Parts: sequence; C-alpha cells; structure tokens
Amino acid sequence: MSIASLWRTRQQRYSLQGETCPDCHQAIFPPRDVCPYCSEAAGPVHTMSGRGEVYSYTKMFNVPDGFLAQRPYTVALVKLEEGPMVTAQLTDISDEDVEIGMPVEMVTRKLREEGDSGEIVYGYKFRPVFAAAD
Amino acid sequence: MRNVSIVGIGQLPVGEHWDLSIRHIAHHAIAEALKEAGTEQVDALFVGNMLSGSLLSQEHLATLIADFSGLRNVEAAKIESACASGASALRIGHMAVASGMHDVVVVCGVEKMTDTTGESTTAGLATAADAEYEAAHGVSFVGLNALIMQRYMYEFDVPIDAFAGFSINAHRNGAKNANAMFQKPISLDTYLNAPMIATPINIMDSSPVCDGAAAAVLVASEQAGEYVTGHHPGAVQILASASANDTIALHDRRDPLFLEAAYVSSQKAYMQSGVTPADISFFELHDAFTIMSALSLEATGYARRGEGWHLAADDAIGPDGRIPISTLGGLKSRGHPVGATGMYQIVETVQQLRGEAGQGQIANASVGMAQNIGGSGATIVTHILGG
Repeated sequence: MSIASLWRTRQQRYSLQGETCPDCHQAIFPPRDVCPYCSEAAGPVHTMSGRGEVYSYTKMFNVPDGFLAQRPYTVALVKLEEGPMVTAQLTDISDEDVEIGMPVEMVTRKLREEGDSGEIVYGYKFRPVFAAAD
Repeated sequence: MRNVSIVGIGQLPVGEHWDLSIRHIAHHAIAEALKEAGTEQVDALFVGNMLSGSLLSQEHLATLIADFSGLRNVEAAKIESACASGASALRIGHMAVASGMHDVVVVCGVEKMTDTTGESTTAGLATAADAEYEAAHGVSFVGLNALIMQRYMYEFDVPIDAFAGFSINAHRNGAKNANAMFQKPISLDTYLNAPMIATPINIMDSSPVCDGAAAAVLVASEQAGEYVTGHHPGAVQILASASANDTIALHDRRDPLFLEAAYVSSQKAYMQSGVTPADISFFELHDAFTIMSALSLEATGYARRGEGWHLAADDAIGPDGRIPISTLGGLKSRGHPVGATGMYQIVETVQQLRGEAGQGQIANASVGMAQNIGGSGATIVTHILGG
C-alpha cells in the first residue's frame, strides 16, 4: 500500500469507521458509495464497536513479502457485532486456543514490516475477549 | 450472432521453464495452434494473463507476444481478471467472432510465475484480493481458501481427509497427461502427511506455482469447414460462454461457502446451450484448492450445498464416474499457471471431445464444461463445448 492509500484508509484501520445505510439501516464496512444490501447511496459515518466473533481462521505458514518476520500467524474472518465481516490477524493468543465462534475485540497493532520507504503501517487486529474477574 | 468453433489448439508442457521467457512460451502455444488450424492470417490476438506487470515488469503484453509471434498489424490486447484471465480472454475472442467483428481470432493464456521468489509470487497472487482490506492484513491467496475450507468443515461437519479424493483423482489423471507438471499418482498417506501451507490446506490440497501457455484459434462455425481439411482432427463448437462476478473480498460475500458467480454463470451456460448437468460428459473445474472442487460441484448442480465432498469420497469424479473432473490432471496435477489455466482447460476439453486425450480419454465424450475462477470466487467464467 502506498503512503497516500495508507492516509486515505487511516480511519478504517485505526477505528473501524464505516457507514450506516440511510435506507436499509445496515452497517457497512469499509465505507462504500453504494450500499451492498439495497443499492441505494450509502450514508453517514458509523464507527464499529470493535467487538465480534471468529467466523473462520487459518494459521499461515507460507506468507507474502512484508510479513515474513511474523510467520506463522493466524488470520481470521471476524463477524462484527454490527453485521459486517472483516479479514484481520488474531493476536495475543496461542494458535491452539482459536475456535470458531470465539468472541474477539479490536486492538491496534503494527501490521507489516517497514518497506524500503520505512513507513510503519498500523491497523486493526483482534484479540480474545477475556471475562472480567469477579 | 454467429456460432463459434475452435479449429486449432496448442500448449506447452506446464512446469518451471527457467530457460524460456514469457514471449517464448506464449509463441510456442500460438504457433502450435495456428499450425493446426493451417493459417497464418489472424485478425486479432487476445492474451489472458494476470501477473506479467507485477512479476516481470512487463505490461503491454499482447503486443509484445504478437510482435514476437510475427503477428503484425493485428488487434492485440491483454485481458486480466486474476486466475480467470484465460477464460475471460476466450470469452472476448468468442464475442469478437460471434459478432462478426473478426473472422479469425487466436486466444492465448500465458503465465510466468517462476522467475521470482516464492514470497514475491505469493504477494503477486494476493493482488487478486482486495489490496486495502484483505492483502494488507497478510492474508495470502491460499489463506483465503483456507478460511473457506475451515468454515466449511465446521459448518457441515466434514472430516479432514474428506478432500483427499480430489487430490488423488487429479494426480491419477495427470499421470496420463504428457503436458502435466506432476505425472505421478499419490496415495492417501501422501495426502495425510503433506505439510501445511495455511491450515487446513496442505500442499496436496493446493495447485503448484508454475509456468505455462495454451492457445486456441477461433473461427465462425459456418467457416470452420475451410480449416478442417486433410488430417485435421475436426472443429469443436463453443456451445455456451458466460461470466458472472461476486464481491471481490471474501468477507463481503452473502454466503462465503457458496460460489454464487459459479451458480449464475453455469445457469447462463446451461440456458445458452440447452444442456443440463446430466448431459455433460466431463467437467474441467477450477481445482486450485480441493475446497474449490467441492464448492464448484455444489454451485453447478452436481451436489447439494455442503455435500460436494461426497462425490470425491464415492469416486464419482473419476474417469468412469458420474461426473469426471480434472480429467487430464486439473490445476492440481497439470499445474496452475494462473492466467493460462483457463486456456489449458479449454485445450484439454477440445482434446477430450476430439478423442485425442490418450490414456486420459473419457469414453464417449460428447459435451464438456470448463469453469475458470478468478480470486476467491469473485469472477467465474463457464464454457460448454461440444462436437
């Protein structure tokens, strides 16, 4: 991703900022010009809570350039409680403990190694939600 | 609209061709196809390719290949739709001839994936996904398919060895194809002990990175007789050509476990040709990963949702089965040079329909279907061919 693209998507990567469709009231992430549910023009900004559950996951051993230092790592499809699904890495958890349906919450982490231009890319990852102690 | 027929095919054995450049491998396939058609005069060259820009720093590919192949003053254009580039190029060629805009078109699918390191190629393949919202998070193309497979196994209570039959069938069939990358059968033990790439996908679930080129010459069916002379093996007609899309990102699918684009494009193809799934002699599906074989069979009408893997377990997909698939090795064993794959499927379908598939020949092959998938199910192109 270029620096311009990183700047454009900062609200999405830092705070899961999406939209709510003014016609069908569905939550949308990331923002779109056209609502994928009802095809009307999409609407006002809606920031997701960051809570969701694991829909699916994979532990990746062969990884793309830019992610070699982290491997192996676990990527998940996370179903946000507002409805949209996102693709993100899981963090703060051992691989053995991941389960479909597990509640997770968003945290901000460094996403990839700095490239030649040295920019540090931060964005969302998800970690397990731990029950509060009594 | 005119009917369109294929009167020449050509292909390079799939493999790691470090001694050849993309222009050489494309020309090899084109020259073979033109020789078979007995013509040097074409109106247009359409090239299906995905990665020449990102892996080879070479765009303007169709003109490079036309130039190298001695095709001057013709129309030349590259068509890109990720791993569905090959069939998408065929579809453009089909439209050009069917409409009467062109009389003779050569279509070539070509990909050179082994000039770069594995990580660069993996990053290149990930460009088929949403760059800002999928690839940015480190998910590879295998990873996306692994997310589908993991959920499929969970939702339908599918055992881990359920997919072995797809891989075993592909390798068994590829062993009979001199153009396949891997010409060796595998055992269940080999499958079960294969190293993981992205859980639950192991190496034996996954098609290989490789180089390849395959081509076909298209003419109007009413003019095909001019080319089918002497020892020519005969023209094969394109009975249907259809394409449909879905969301680019897997996470945006209405149902990530159903290939809607495969359903829509195959239904369109069935309607165009008047053919039903039961009429089809064999099905060259897009087995880039074993999970995709199961999903393709479900979306095209051969199995209920969540039950595609039963066809592999029952060996209904073998050469003598109810619906033979990957008859000359498929993506798994013949190889998956991504932008070329759709054209290998077409070339192999023509070989089967002509009765020229050698030891891999399907008995009484009269109608063949080929389906080429781009991305994690985002672009799906279906062709049906017949004698």
